[in-house]
Amino acid sequence: MIEFKGVSKKFDEKVVLDDVSFSIRKGETFVIIGLSGAGKTTILRHIAGFINPDRGDVLVDNIRMNRAKSGTRKKLRSRMGFLFQSGALINWLTVRENVALPLVEHKLGTMDEINRIVDEKLKLLQLSDAGDKMPSEISGGMKKRVGLARAIVLNPDIILYDEPTSGLDPVMSARINELIIKMQEKLQVTSVVVTHDMPSAYHIADTIAMLYNGKLVECGTPDQIRDSTDPVVQQFIKGQITGPIEG
Amino acid sequence: MKNYEPEKIYKLLSDAGARILYILDFTGFTLILIFKTFFAMRFAFAKRREILKHMYISGVKSIPVCSVVALFGGMVFALQAGLEIISYGQQEMVPTMMINIMDKELGSFLTAIIITAFSGAAMAAELGTMKVSEEIDALEMMAIDPVAYLVMPRVVSMLIMLPTLSIFTVVLGVAGGAIVSYFQLGITTETYYYRVLRSIWLKDVYVGLLKSFVFALIISSISCANGLKAEGGALGVGQATRVSVVSSYLLVLIIGYFITALFFGGFI
Repeated sequence: MIEFKGVSKKFDEKVVLDDVSFSIRKGETFVIIGLSGAGKTTILRHIAGFINPDRGDVLVDNIRMNRAKSGTRKKLRSRMGFLFQSGALINWLTVRENVALPLVEHKLGTMDEINRIVDEKLKLLQLSDAGDKMPSEISGGMKKRVGLARAIVLNPDIILYDEPTSGLDPVMSARINELIIKMQEKLQVTSVVVTHDMPSAYHIADTIAMLYNGKLVECGTPDQIRDSTDPVVQQFIKGQITGPIEG
Repeated sequence: MKNYEPEKIYKLLSDAGARILYILDFTGFTLILIFKTFFAMRFAFAKRREILKHMYISGVKSIPVCSVVALFGGMVFALQAGLEIISYGQQEMVPTMMINIMDKELGSFLTAIIITAFSGAAMAAELGTMKVSEEIDALEMMAIDPVAYLVMPRVVSMLIMLPTLSIFTVVLGVAGGAIVSYFQLGITTETYYYRVLRSIWLKDVYVGLLKSFVFALIISSISCANGLKAEGGALGVGQATRVSVVSSYLLVLIIGYFITALFFGGFI
């Protein structure tokens, strides 16, 4: 469903992705781990078509996202949901209006139908009481949940999660993890998750890939990652101070 | 050539080249944005509430500032001109001068300056903040066109409000001139307004209005383009706001001159 073929990307002189290749099956939960600034979010932004690789191709449903015309990109994006790290809520709209935004803008139903869908999503993320609040009145964790409610409001086939559990309490993190699993089991949603949170990664992932110095150093099931013999992977997943990871 | 340092010259040329490339890139981006905005105006009716909201923010809210600047601007101009020509006994020319300068030049120019500081800077900062906090990306992800959703309502509201405020500025500026003429130059209010009304020419009015339309397009498109190009957090937003204000001022002055020269003759 999603494929990276020899993707390389540089920002100024910094190589962020260096000949990265992997593929994600339909319905798979693919978790990308790595140090801060390793290029994890860059991978999500390539899939969403916000940036193009310097070399290589990004395929979504066998369509080259990096060479697609803007209409095709729009069509592919309309099948995706993106949970941004900060939530990226429109600050002059209420929580309810933020979640309803894609439905209202694309006129996908009457106001009653839209309200029903929005209520359902708010309830799913335990935000029913926050519907009339403004983004400035809610916590960072709540913003993230509103962002997630908005990401799933169009029932997308692919959801891209940028640090879905960072800034959340353990209970809410567990709930988000369960939601990711439930979406995959019930709706066969393909999820690409960028995270530092190893317990969460082990819990939700079908496949975990680790990025280091722009390269994909390991890619496998959670067990394969746990048992990896690569010292970089071991240092990262165990959070050790000493080891081959620089800086 | 004792102090000849090739690295420094190379860096200077390279920086100058990068700057020129950036200006060309930004100009292209702004022109495409204007084109897309006009194309998105077919959604103007559907976005009427947004447009009205921005008309209130960028227009109605700036009325107090516009009033003070227009009234005192008119008073200062009338006083300076009057004190100069009173010695030739020509103070009765002040009303004609006032209406000519206000509807040809100062009405649209003063309003553009106020609106750049009042609304243009806010537009650049708002869109810049949205850009750096990924809200623009979020809109694109929802297949919502940021130009139709964010830029078009701001541009349309300014295209409506700046000419309207310009007329308001002209009226108040002329009224400021009337106050000074009455108290300092001994011109009665009846004489003043009789001479003002006799000196209004259709061409002056439509050129003044054309200028304010062009200024509205310059200010709104440059501010939105700078906001959409912002990157690098709060620092980037500050930079985008500063650049948008400075470039709007410069372009308003330069383009204003060329419009005057085009319609009233002059050096082009």
